[in-house]
Formats: sequence, C-alpha cells, structure tokens
Amino acid sequence: MISAILKRVSMGVITLLGVAIVVFILLRVAPGNPIAMMIGPGASESDILALKAKYGLDQSLPMQFWIWLTNFLQGDFGTSISRQVSVISLLAERLPATLELAIAALVIAVLLGGLMAVASTLLRKSWGASTLDGANSLLLTVPEFVWALAFVLLLGVAFPILPLSGRNDPAAGTVFVTNFYLIEALVTGRWGVAWDVFSHMLMPVFALALPLAAIIARVLKEALGEAMMQDYVVLARVKGMSERRLVLGEALRNAVGPTLALTGVQFTFLIGGTVIIEKIFSYPGLGNMAIDAVINRDFPLIQGLILMFGVLFILINLAVDLLVVALNPRLSRG
Amino acid sequence: MADAVHMTNTAASAIPTKRAFGPTLRALLRDPKVIIGGGFILVLIVLAIFAPWIAPHDPLEQDLMLGLYPPAWMQGAEPGYWLGTDDLGRDVLSRFIFGTRIALTVAFASAIIAAVVGTLVGLLAGYFGGWVDAVVSRLIETWMAFPAVLLSILIVAILGSGVHSVIFAIAIIDWTRFARVVRAETQAQRNADYVTAGRVLGFNDFRILAGEILPNVLWTVLGLFTLELGLAVVIEAILSFVGLSVSSDTPTWGGMIAQGRTIIYQAWWVFALPLVGLFATVLAFNQLGEGLRRTLDPVMQR
Amino acid sequence: MSKPLLTISNLSAVSRRDNKPILRDVSLTLDNGRIQGLVGESGAGKSTISKAILGILASSVTVTGGSVLLDGHDLINMPEREKRRFVGSQIALIPQDPLTALNPGRKIGDQLTDGLKMWKGLSGKAAAARGLELLDQVAIRDPKRVMESFPHQLSGGMRQRVLIASAFALQPRLLIADEPTTALDVTVQKQVLKLLKTMQAEHGTAVLFVTHDLGVVAQLCDEVTLLFQGKVMEQGVAEQIFSAPRHAYTRALIAASPRYDNPSAGLHPIDDAVIAACRAEIASFDNQGARHG
Repeated sequence: MISAILKRVSMGVITLLGVAIVVFILLRVAPGNPIAMMIGPGASESDILALKAKYGLDQSLPMQFWIWLTNFLQGDFGTSISRQVSVISLLAERLPATLELAIAALVIAVLLGGLMAVASTLLRKSWGASTLDGANSLLLTVPEFVWALAFVLLLGVAFPILPLSGRNDPAAGTVFVTNFYLIEALVTGRWGVAWDVFSHMLMPVFALALPLAAIIARVLKEALGEAMMQDYVVLARVKGMSERRLVLGEALRNAVGPTLALTGVQFTFLIGGTVIIEKIFSYPGLGNMAIDAVINRDFPLIQGLILMFGVLFILINLAVDLLVVALNPRLSRG
Repeated sequence: MADAVHMTNTAASAIPTKRAFGPTLRALLRDPKVIIGGGFILVLIVLAIFAPWIAPHDPLEQDLMLGLYPPAWMQGAEPGYWLGTDDLGRDVLSRFIFGTRIALTVAFASAIIAAVVGTLVGLLAGYFGGWVDAVVSRLIETWMAFPAVLLSILIVAILGSGVHSVIFAIAIIDWTRFARVVRAETQAQRNADYVTAGRVLGFNDFRILAGEILPNVLWTVLGLFTLELGLAVVIEAILSFVGLSVSSDTPTWGGMIAQGRTIIYQAWWVFALPLVGLFATVLAFNQLGEGLRRTLDPVMQR
Repeated sequence: MSKPLLTISNLSAVSRRDNKPILRDVSLTLDNGRIQGLVGESGAGKSTISKAILGILASSVTVTGGSVLLDGHDLINMPEREKRRFVGSQIALIPQDPLTALNPGRKIGDQLTDGLKMWKGLSGKAAAARGLELLDQVAIRDPKRVMESFPHQLSGGMRQRVLIASAFALQPRLLIADEPTTALDVTVQKQVLKLLKTMQAEHGTAVLFVTHDLGVVAQLCDEVTLLFQGKVMEQGVAEQIFSAPRHAYTRALIAASPRYDNPSAGLHPIDDAVIAACRAEIASFDNQGARHG
C-alpha cells in the first residue's frame, strides 16, 4: 500500500517536472525581449543587471532552468511583475478562494449527480426514468462557460436575486482572519456573513458543478444498473429487501468505486474551469489571476500558477486512486 | 468532458468486428439525432460560407444613430435589424452570421488536427505497447496536468492573436482526448481474431494498423470528433470572450458576448443572442455525436 | 393426511416478447418436511417455477393461468409489501453460484444477519450471536473471523456453507435449492449435499431441489417432478420413478446419466426419437390449448 503511494507520488513529481520544463521552454521561447517582459518600464540599468544575474539570462538555457529549479525548491517562485509582490504570497492569498469554490462545486456535483442516478435507478420501470435521462442529456451538453453566462443573464440581470461579482459585499466591511471566507464565517458562527459569502458563490459554484453532476449521474447510473443485475441483488430481493434498500444498501457500494475511477479525473477539469468562471464573476481566486497574468505577460506569476494547478491536479489524481482502492474490499484487504 | 461517458460505452461494446461502410452510413442517416444535429450544423456551414450574401448588413459598419435598438419582436425596434443593434449601431444578426465563420473554421480545423495527431499517437501506443506506450502515457499524463483553458490562453498569448494561434492552441490541448480513447480501443482490438488472422497471412504491422485496426477505430473517432467540435467552439468562444482570439474587428460570438456583458442592462440581446446561438451549436454537435454513437454501437454487434 | 405445504396448480406462463409458452399447465405438491427434486434440462422451466414461487419473475414473463399456494397463501397475486415479508420470512433460496450470490462489498456477518434483523426483529448484537451459531452448524471452523470477512476471502465451499447457513437462519417453511452444487468442485459437492441433508433433517424444512443431475436426485430426494419444455413429463415418489419409470423421456434420462452404483452401465445419449415424441406431446398440448383457449 505504502509502496503504491510512493510510486504514485514519484510519478507525480516527474510529471510536475515535465510541466515545469514545458512552461519554462514556452516562456523562454516566446517572441520578444525576455528582460522587457520580466521587468516593468522605467527600470534602471542596475535593476536590469540584477535581473539578468538572478535569472542567469546570459547563460545557457539548461543553466537557466537549473537556476530557476533551485530557486523554486527553496520556495522562491520569483516576484510578480504586475503586482510587485512575491509570487508565492499571491498564490497563498488566492488559493483558499479557489479551493472553497472547487470543493463546494464538488460536493454539489456529487450530491446532485448521485441523487439523479439513484432516482433514475429507482424509477427505471416507470416514466420518470426517461424524463431524468432527458434532463441528464441536457446537462451533459452545456459547458460551464455557458452555464455561467446564462446565470449572469437570468439570475443576475433579468431577476437580480444574486450578486454578480466578488466574494462578499464590499459595503459590509467584513473582516476576515483567514482567506477561507465561507469556512471561517461558518466556524465562527457569523451566519449573516456566511450567507453573504455563500450567495456570492452560488452562481459560480453551480456553473462549475452542473457539468460534473451530469457525468457523475450518467456513469453512476450505468454502474448501478450493472450492480442491480447481479446475483447478490436477486438473493437480497428474495430475503425481502425493498427496492430502495436494494439500490442504496446493496448496489450503491459496489457502484461507487467504478464510478469514481471513471469520473475522478473530471474533478481536475472542474478546477481548470475555475479559470474562466472566476473571470466571469470577478471572483478573486487563482483562475481570475491567471488570465490577468497571461494578458500582462507576468511570467513568474504564470509559471507559479501553472505549477500550482499542476500540483493540485496530481494531488487529486492521487487521492482518487487511493480512494478507489480503499473502497474496494478486494483491493484493500487480503 | 464526456470522455468518461464515452469510455463506458466503448468498453461495453468492445466486440471487435469489422463494420461495413455502406449499411452503416445508411443507418446513420436515418437516426433522428443525426438528422437534427447534422441539419443544424449544415445550416451553420451554409451561413458561414455565404455570410456576405446572407447577412443583411455589413457586420463592421457602425452607425451611432442606430445604437442599442432592440430585436424585431420588441417595442421600438428598427426595421431591417432583426436581432437589434449593439452600442455602436452594428447589426447583431449580421455579426452573428459572420461569427459562424470563425467558430466553424476554428472548430473544424482544430478538431481535425487534434483527431489526426491523437489517433496516430493512440494507435502507435496501443498497438506496439512497451516503451512506446510508456512514453506516450507519460506524455499524456503530463499534458493533462495543465488546465486546458489556461494552457490555450497561454499559447495564444505567446503566439499572438490570430486564427492560426487559436487553432493551434485548441488542437494542442485536446489531442490527448483522442489519444487516450484510441489507445484503449487499439489495445482491445490488438488481440482480436482478425488481427491474428492478418498476422498469419503475413501482413506487416503497418498494414494491420492501417488496414485492419484503423477502420474499426475510425467509427469511434468519428463520434469523439463531433464531441470535440462542440468543445472547440466553446473554447474559441472563451478565448474571444477574454479578448485573446482573432483581431477585435472580426466578429466572434465570444467577443459579442463579452461586449454585450458591458451593456447588459441597456441591451441584453447583444449578450443573450450569441449565447443562445453558442448553446444551440454545442447542442447540435452533441446530438450528432450521440446519434452517431447510438447507431454505431448496435451495428458493432453484427 | 395433512394439507401439502406448497401447491402449484396448472401453472402456465408465456414469454411476453414472442408469446412462446414457458410453462405448460404445471402442477406439483410438496408436503412439509419432504425433499422434492425438480428435474429438467436447461430451458425446461425449472428456474421459472422457482422464480414464480419466490415472486421474482422477470417482467418479460406473464403468468397466464394457474396458481401457486404456500400454506394456502396465493403467491402470484399477493401485494408487493406483503409478499416481501412473507417470502422473506417463510421461503429461502440457496443460489447456484456462491461466487456471485454474495455481495462483494459487504461483510459476511452483515449479509448473514439481514433476515434476522429484518423479520425477527433481532438487535445487531443478538443477530450476530445467532449468526455465529449458524456458522457453527454448517461446520465453519473460525466463525468469528468469517463473520468479519469479505466474500473474496473465503473459498467456494465455505461461501456455499455461508449461503446454506443464511438460508436456514429464519427457519423457513420452504427452501428452494437452485442447482447448489453445479458451481462447485466434485469433492466439495458431496460435503455440501451432506450438509444440506443434515440441516434439512434438523429443521424439518420442505425442500424443492432444482437440478439437471439425476444422480443427486437419487441420493437426496423423496419425490421427483420431471420437466421438459415447461411441461411435466413424469412425477412421483423417487424410488418408484427410478425403478419403474413410465415415461420414455424419464427412461432415456436415467439411461443417459452416469450411474455411480453401476459404473459398467455406460452412457447412452437420449435418443432423437424420444425427443421427437416429447415434442409431439407438447405440440398436441399446445394445440388443445389453442382450440379451447
């Protein structure tokens, strides 16, 4: 078990290295003067020299990478050009917002998708099934981008019941200790604040969650269908279990593993989706910052962000693999 | 995005048999989803090709006196401007029609490149296995560690805006989708009877790959291709929404949506109508894809 | 002469898809404490009869006539909720394949005590204790460990014992054994059959033993019902049927079975003529039905 984890982690590290190399090459290969791109206008001669020395820009490409890598491992991600602060502080500042969004979206996607799949399985002998299937097909089609924009139009403009931007109401002047606004508000019992934060999250979270929910619903439904055809379900039915108990008590536990194996990777796509969703809702997270960073050619920040996303992706894949093993008694025990 | 769904379906129907082209094509053309989805796409293609003749106005022509007029079915509309005008007095309908050019060009070009590259790599990895497969798998994993949208934005930012960069950016992030599925299917078919028969007859690897395995895999690729088209349209819309697609003069759906966002309270139609068009296009591609998959799976059982 | 426990009268069923008959006017009775063999080749309708009794007929099968009564209760028309309780507590099933009949994701102990908790109202602790007793009865050596195990951790023979224990847990009136030894090794088969006989004798359960293996029937069963294409060909006391079979099909079937008591008897495949005669018999039955139906 431990050796499997270690193996996965080392593979992850190698992948991360690959990502770092690709990013490094991309940015160095970009047309234009790298110095001018890494330093703002109005820099003095000594500033330019210092930058050259720091990044080793007059040395060979592999050497530059080595310098960059050693800096990186020491926690020095460089300084953001557009914001003049260390990249790592920016990442730390924005990560909680994106994490709250992503995790909330995941929870909703799992609940919604799970509910749809179970309902579909319970209703499979009646008309309800085809309605649900139709709804699922529709959900599968619409990408997060379109959901977000539709929400903006319907719930932000046409019937303005939800706020269109930011994490909370700036007029309220709320003060937070951590950057996990929602969690902090809930933990400290400030329900009004929590609702304020939550209402700002609703649209982006649902825009992110709905596509994932649709996939989970489809895959889980198939897995449940497979499980319900097994002999142990027949025997359980003979024992006198109700249909609901058969689906939830007998079939579900065997359907979750395969579903997770197939849909786990989709969560990384969800995280990728925060890039555009945060932009649309002016939500101050990693994704929003990423687009600005690219437009501003803020290379150190771009590098840091891509690596941050890379780390998240690899961690998620690792977590999914471990969970799949943990959920399967055949793999986790003897 | 619908990879997972596609893979469950592929795995379920993995009985390797060769499919006849003629009857398959006929069956496809009878499926309602294929007809509706495909029909809509055809209409779009016609709009794109004949845009200059179909569009009622010049998409770039500004007339500040005609700014912010609503669509024809609302009060205060200006005749001749069926979907209203934006804040610069440009005709929304004409801009939308011209927008199909970018949307479809980018979609088809990038999807084709992604499909070709991905299928090739997938075939090689799935068939030869060994170190080829190891390298390819590693490559795909590394690729998938990048958030797609961010990577495409980055590439366009580096290469500069323009149709070519956009096409390249989209193709380069989505080839892995094809590679993964084709690799899995090739692996499944590698041990099929007809392949063994081919080897016995003395066919070399290339002949088997190109002549035997590829035709079977092709139908799956086709289904994935239509999915990819829908995705490419969305990514292009995102890129132009963010302002990183083609030059700002050329009308794009994403650009219209972004611009519409700024005047959404005064003229919501500039925002809403291209959004609806985008949604309908994605829906059409998806229906086409589903129809393809549905028809192709039972055919496989022959 | 007390009333029989199970009475199947003129049960007929067809497949909904193509209207082909699956069961043709099947009648049989089973008294308390007796073991009856339900014999026939694949597709003879044995499993359909079992499913009709258990109330799990597929939706593609329609009952067109007859009745299935257990202790006077109509199993075919019983409302769903009542049927679940009735079948769950009065009838038990020993399934064919012990590998797939146990839920791979649940512990043995949980699966074993399902019925006890559902229909006898036992608490978790009490049910677990009873479970240990049951495992002991089926000669499982380390019952505590087995209770905590998952199915994949047990051998095929052990799994079948667990299933037998589970079947007798609620002291059912009727036990349906659906080819319980087919999926097992020959050596294990003998043990399992012996166990089954012992448990049956102890609990006095009536058993409907579904099988295609006449040898097993000869060892185990008091009575036999022979099916061919959904129609009863011969029926009666086992001894009598084996010593003096009346129907040609029965004779051919006996001749075709390996004889453990007479190894030199050789194997004789069933004659085509016999099959043809059986088919003719079925055809005339169907035509009669068509004329009167």
